[in-house]
Amino acid sequence: MLSLIASTISILAAAVTEGEGLKAIGAGLGYGLAAIGPGVGIGIVVGAAIDAMTRQPESAGTARTTMFLGIAFTEALALIGFVVFILLLP
Amino acid sequence: MQNNSDASSIPHDAPEREVATDIFRRGLIISPLLLLLALIFWGVSGLSSSAVALGIVLANFLAGAWIIDWAVKISPQLLMSAVLGGFVFRMGVITAAVLPIRNQEWFEIMPFALVLIFLHLGLLIWETRYVSASLSYPGLKPRVKRQKRKKSLD
Repeated sequence: MLSLIASTISILAAAVTEGEGLKAIGAGLGYGLAAIGPGVGIGIVVGAAIDAMTRQPESAGTARTTMFLGIAFTEALALIGFVVFILLLP
Repeated sequence: MQNNSDASSIPHDAPEREVATDIFRRGLIISPLLLLLALIFWGVSGLSSSAVALGIVLANFLAGAWIIDWAVKISPQLLMSAVLGGFVFRMGVITAAVLPIRNQEWFEIMPFALVLIFLHLGLLIWETRYVSASLSYPGLKPRVKRQKRKKSLD
């Protein structure tokens, strides 16, 4: 994670010196904002699955399968945000 | 185990691993077609970029399932933090993997982006056809042909 932060800072620094800083900041902000929605969505999905598992432990397997698929579908939004981030980066 | 998964070593109490392994298998089945299309439309750089996207998507599914399985085995209370932490970690790993290579000559953004998004969604939609999510089969649906053959042998 530290290497990721360091590489992002170096990319932003390079972009600022080349006069494309705003573009890089916009890309970073866009990725961060795009990750908020899936984060909230995954929280809701996992919360509901834990609720289902504690109410009916015998259906834990079903809840886990549904939760996994829900998480994966929600993650697609974050991947779209990531693709936009890569496309916007100078 | 009577289901679509070939990974007979996976226990039946790990349904998300069962589903993820089946998604991985389907991804491998469809990968030659995707790579060929990328090669035709974008050349060798398209082929290498789509291979990277393919690896990311398949590894992401497996990692997601393994994190859930690991957390549930320890404690259900750990599940929320493990899943959300795993999501942030996986996004970080994907970003760290792609940022250094995005300006390489052999890397083409468009096939990478298309394969990343459409393969992820396509595999999920494809897999939902085979997910049972019932009490007797929490993971994948049982394979009917195999069951019939077994019954006829008995």
